[in-house]
Amino acid sequence: MDYVVEMLNIRKEFPGIVANDDVTLTLKKGEIHALLGENGAGKSTLMSILFGMYQPERGVIKVNGKEVKISNPNVANDLGIGMVHQHFKLVDTFTVTENIVLGMEPKRGLVLDIQSASKRIEELSKKYGLNVDPYAKIEDISVGMQQRVEIMKTLYRNADVLIFDEPTAVLTPMEIEELMKIMKNLTNEGKSIILITHKLKEIKAVADRCTVLRRGKYIGTVNVKEVDEAKLAEMMVGRHVSFKVEKEKSKPGNVVLSLKSLNVKNVKKVLAVKDFSLDVHAGEIVGIAGVDGNGQSELVEAITGLTKVESGTILLNGEDITNLPIRKRIEKGVGHIPEDRQKRGLVLDYNLAENMILETYYHEPFAKRGLLNREAIKSYAEKIIESFDVRSGEGANSKTRSLSGGNQQKAIIGREMELNPDLLIAVQPTRGLDVGSIEYIHKRLVEHRDSGKAVLLISLELDEVLQLSDRIAIINNGELVGIVNSEETNENEVGLMMAGVGKEERE
Amino acid sequence: MRTTIVSLLAVVAGMIAGAILMLLTGKNPIDGFSFLFLGGLKTIDRIGDTLATATPLIFTGLSVAFAFRTGLFNIGTPGQMLIGGLSATAIGLTFDLPSVIILPLMIIAGFLGGALWAFIPGLLKAKFNVHEVVSTIMMNWIAYWTVNYTVPLYFKGEYLETESRKLPADATLRTDWLSDLFNGSYVNYGLVLAIIATIIIAFILNKTTLGYELKAVGFNKFAAEYAGMKVNRNVILSMLIAGGLAGLAGVVQYAGNSDVIQIGVMPSQGFDGIAVALLGANSPIGVFFAAIFFGILYSGTGFMTAMTKIPPEIANSIIAIIIYFAATSILFEKLVSKYLKGREEKKLSKQSSVKGGEQ
Repeated sequence: MDYVVEMLNIRKEFPGIVANDDVTLTLKKGEIHALLGENGAGKSTLMSILFGMYQPERGVIKVNGKEVKISNPNVANDLGIGMVHQHFKLVDTFTVTENIVLGMEPKRGLVLDIQSASKRIEELSKKYGLNVDPYAKIEDISVGMQQRVEIMKTLYRNADVLIFDEPTAVLTPMEIEELMKIMKNLTNEGKSIILITHKLKEIKAVADRCTVLRRGKYIGTVNVKEVDEAKLAEMMVGRHVSFKVEKEKSKPGNVVLSLKSLNVKNVKKVLAVKDFSLDVHAGEIVGIAGVDGNGQSELVEAITGLTKVESGTILLNGEDITNLPIRKRIEKGVGHIPEDRQKRGLVLDYNLAENMILETYYHEPFAKRGLLNREAIKSYAEKIIESFDVRSGEGANSKTRSLSGGNQQKAIIGREMELNPDLLIAVQPTRGLDVGSIEYIHKRLVEHRDSGKAVLLISLELDEVLQLSDRIAIINNGELVGIVNSEETNENEVGLMMAGVGKEERE
Repeated sequence: MRTTIVSLLAVVAGMIAGAILMLLTGKNPIDGFSFLFLGGLKTIDRIGDTLATATPLIFTGLSVAFAFRTGLFNIGTPGQMLIGGLSATAIGLTFDLPSVIILPLMIIAGFLGGALWAFIPGLLKAKFNVHEVVSTIMMNWIAYWTVNYTVPLYFKGEYLETESRKLPADATLRTDWLSDLFNGSYVNYGLVLAIIATIIIAFILNKTTLGYELKAVGFNKFAAEYAGMKVNRNVILSMLIAGGLAGLAGVVQYAGNSDVIQIGVMPSQGFDGIAVALLGANSPIGVFFAAIFFGILYSGTGFMTAMTKIPPEIANSIIAIIIYFAATSILFEKLVSKYLKGREEKKLSKQSSVKGGEQ
């Protein structure tokens, strides 16, 4: 059997944590090999080792049968290994070609030879069905196309092995389908792919084999055809996982949040939310479905106070909070799981304990007469860490920056739920999380509802909205298209409404 | 712990570079350094002078470090220092009151003067997003010319046009018992003030909700805003405190180390505060010791030059090189963490072999 890449018995430690413990991964030529594991299972670490960003403490790496030492990413490049990063590394104001040649600019004498590069990019684009315009500027193209530029970067450097790091996290459902087609094209042309993911659906759809890690340990490698999603989930989490959200019928109570003809402008001073009215009751989860960028962010910012409202009113438990400062709203019972956890949700340079009191640091028991009570803060944080299973190297004292993305998210959710808010606004609460954590967070959101609180859920994952919500409000271009009961609707109907087709028009 | 090692490494590297410089000019570096340090520490009065030299640096260092922790770069310390000094001098020369009343008044006036000078850039930053580097530099020159205008007009010295009248003895921080303790050195109550300020600032940053809030704004203002903190208010408040600290530097300089304020001089202690903050890794305790170290270098330079004919520029070069290394501390940090990691791994492998033995 000829393997293009073999990583044998790899071990990697970080302070307080063994990220990879005797892990083995072999990649056949022309296959799509999925690397599956929960957040913090050690997938990214393993791939960073292959890409030369970390050195393993133990273990052997072979490329095309020869033992190699990959001391930095340049060595990986030379060996034909390319990485498509989850967070794109592109210069916004440069064109596609300029971004691709960055670092290895073709020259004719002293002059940059962009022409020949563009030509080669066009050829590659045709060959692999990437469909990128070499002359477009990055800031003008869609996220899906930006990702294809990242793929092109590796191809341009003659990579034979492509590592995709959670590539679908940032894509819309259509873009995901397209990406899968591209991955198939690549393997048909003889490339080999390692796909880092925790989405079982995608593995079933494209992968040939799958290696599973759990808490840094190697669990096994399986042929994807021979196992079902439930089996993969069990291997990953170590127990049986239920995909269906278990919940009773909702018992809506009083109106908790009431939006009346809300108009909100975005940063570009254009109306992003138009004449939006919606009621959310105690004891129900209302989901907002919509394609990314249709006013969801602005709506949330208006309710939480991060953005000023143009006109209209926001009532919380019957009280007008339209112009209240952010802190007052939090005190009155608005909890917010923000869309961007690293920008809004956390102070990455604070430790975990300090982040758990970000909104409550000023009152007892965390502070008395302006003095912080470290003991109380720590024990409070430890309570959240335990009940939300936030995994880190040094517990409450861990620098938040050192946590994996999923654990950062769990920490934020824990902090917000611990406040027990009357209204919990959850924006993409399970983004980037594995099935085990998703199951758990969904359960907690339903519990929150059952305890008589209101939940406003904003998610780009239609599955999540459909499963979790009691009612679904569909937003398109800042306007409310309609509200449906989730029991009486389906993916098709909501999908059509997301595209802006109103209920009445279809009937 | 780690930052301390990094700062010490910067100092060592700076001194090695200084030694090379001395060698290149044909001087003996061992002599050079021994006279440099003897000059700062040899006798009790020299130690006193060193501490006095360090005192304004402690304040300007604290000022820069404090603002920096809130994500602000305060390079308006020279101007804030001048205004602080001018305010204190004005009070001291205008009112004839006993020490116990006039000194607290002067200290308060100095703090408020510096705070006012930093409040304006803070306000501009909060309201109009004017970058504080630009506005504080401009404030420096406004302070410079304000002193130039005010001193000759209202507080002109008896003989010299270029400086103010001498402050009466009751209106300076000088005190006989401290001078006597240090054998006639010009060390004064300013040092006591500096120690108190260091403790207060460390306390604010580490133990209070105010410090928690200011640091949160400095690290990530978007998260601070999300959590309901008033970002703009914190920016202004941070600048006020930083400016006040620099104002106190002016008080201890012009009403302690000296008893007059000159015109036409932008105090070098202002910008030195940036270096002190850098070397002290923006921690109050670090700043305190970094300032004392700078004090040794400054007060030892003269002695070294007199005894060895090594030009005084060498001492200044050493300071510059140390700043360089402190600023590029990331290099040392990598070295240190590599070393610490190596040790940790050894420990781990030992532990695991022990565990293996148990099984």
